Amino acid sequence: MTAWLGPDEWQAVALSLRVAVVATLISLPFGVAAAYALARWEFPGKQLFNGLIHLPLVLPPVVTGYLLLLAFGPQGPAGRFLEAAFGVSLAFRWTGAVLAAAIMAFPLMVRAIRLALETVDPKLESAAATLGAGPRQIFLTVTLPLLLPGLIAGAILAFAKAMGEFGATITFVSNIPGETQTLPSAVYAFLQVPGGEAAAMRLVIISVIVSMGALLASEMLARRVARK
Amino acid sequence: MNLSLDIRHSLPGFALDVQFDAPSGITALFGKSGAGKTSVVNAVAGLLTPDAGRIALDNSVLFDSRQNIALPVHKRQIGYVFQDARLFPHMTVEANLAYGSRWAADRPGPTLAELCGLLDIAHLLARYPRDLSGGETQRVAIGRALMSRPRMLLLDEPLAALDASRKADILPHLERLRDELAVPMLYVSHSVAEVARLATTVVILENGRVAQTGPVGDMLSDLQMVRQIGVREAGAVLPARVVAHHADGLSELSVSGGRLFLPRTALAEGATTRVRILAQDVILASDVPRGLSALNILPAQVTDLRAGDGPGVICQLRCGTDHILARITRRSAEAMGLTPGHDVHAVIKAVSVDPVDVGRG
Repeated sequence: MTAWLGPDEWQAVALSLRVAVVATLISLPFGVAAAYALARWEFPGKQLFNGLIHLPLVLPPVVTGYLLLLAFGPQGPAGRFLEAAFGVSLAFRWTGAVLAAAIMAFPLMVRAIRLALETVDPKLESAAATLGAGPRQIFLTVTLPLLLPGLIAGAILAFAKAMGEFGATITFVSNIPGETQTLPSAVYAFLQVPGGEAAAMRLVIISVIVSMGALLASEMLARRVARK
Repeated sequence: MNLSLDIRHSLPGFALDVQFDAPSGITALFGKSGAGKTSVVNAVAGLLTPDAGRIALDNSVLFDSRQNIALPVHKRQIGYVFQDARLFPHMTVEANLAYGSRWAADRPGPTLAELCGLLDIAHLLARYPRDLSGGETQRVAIGRALMSRPRMLLLDEPLAALDASRKADILPHLERLRDELAVPMLYVSHSVAEVARLATTVVILENGRVAQTGPVGDMLSDLQMVRQIGVREAGAVLPARVVAHHADGLSELSVSGGRLFLPRTALAEGATTRVRILAQDVILASDVPRGLSALNILPAQVTDLRAGDGPGVICQLRCGTDHILARITRRSAEAMGLTPGHDVHAVIKAVSVDPVDVGRG
């Protein structure tokens, strides 16, 4: 693999995988919470909340990236807070790429989990309650296991989206090899220089394989949920 | 163990205002669909919070609007067998049963092995709910509810989704639970046959209110009840004992008013049971009839009469120490000059008593 890929190309693939995996894992609990709130609760501002979550799906990615830069950049309020409180800097760092990828993938993840949650019959949860299970135990022993295929499908979808995230990432954290140059950014960079087509093509092939694999896995799991 | 319930609750287009006591044994909550039966049971389970009132099991308050008490569902220790069973699809039967015992209260109760025997589910343990028949599903659901060692068991039309032969499979299990476990049950049903066979106490709900309540024998031989039940299904329940099985396919049962010959029952000789005799299967005669093909002729005394809207009259008769009902035409009642106190003979066709209506006492 490393022989076929140049070190820069390999670096981009490895970084993309790392960014996508971390973004998916970190956003998973939030995704479950948001999906649960949307599927099961009625609260004031629910439509606004729903809209905010889905905004990255409809906004031009470059706009999302710019907004992230405004909020989490060195001068942004959230960025200054994170720097002061935790010493974490996101702008132009791979952690920023994680944030951008997570935000962009979040709506897809929430949608998939929410759909799966709607197939979990609340009657089963009330049956568990009559058997003595408290709300948290019900969630862990009934809701979550029944949700699992949908949860995995949502995570895979989010992972694939995070792998391919380009616009918001390049706007927010730029295109620094070894730090923020993910696979799509690397493809873009190779296409900007003469003679880079071969390297770009190799990355494109890897990208197609990873994305296809993720999509197929997600479809398979979605069908398993539907069968239940 | 006694459940006392007094609740008021408004639902869209419907108001619930229900008071009753459910002593030990099986209390049947009987009424047409939409009468509020499931709402009452849900209120006991805690799945529905009434607007006002009080629900208590002996001295333990489950709900009291004045004291602001509403125990959460999972702390009530009340088992619930739902109409749709609600077994967990991602667990085997064994895991479903184990789930019941996971948060079980620390009190004596049937073990897994005992329940497997009582409900005949031992051979199902490794299966998933999707591989069970309707009757098996309900038996497992009953077992799972009992594994939680409930103080009381709620059953919401557990047999409604089953066909007649599956019902006949489960009824004996419910009778055994009633007779062998000391768990009081609140049993929702709109089937008179089930009520007649299982209930010790009957609560009739009508439009969200209790129309009448009392012991099953009194209730089913009550003329007021006929309106609730409908003339076709009206019929008294008599305690009976199996005396002998005869070679010609008949079983001889003794009731307080005499002997009955009925189609062979599966019960052993000496077993106590109850027999339901439909009002429309009883013919009355002033004198001892002769030359009649009917085998069962019991002396009886008219205690009450009630004319219906149509040409029929429902007669309540004392037969031994019990009551039976007879549905005859108004014309016959007038021709025979039937009035309370009149001695008659009740003729019951042996084949007219459905074997399913012969249950354990």
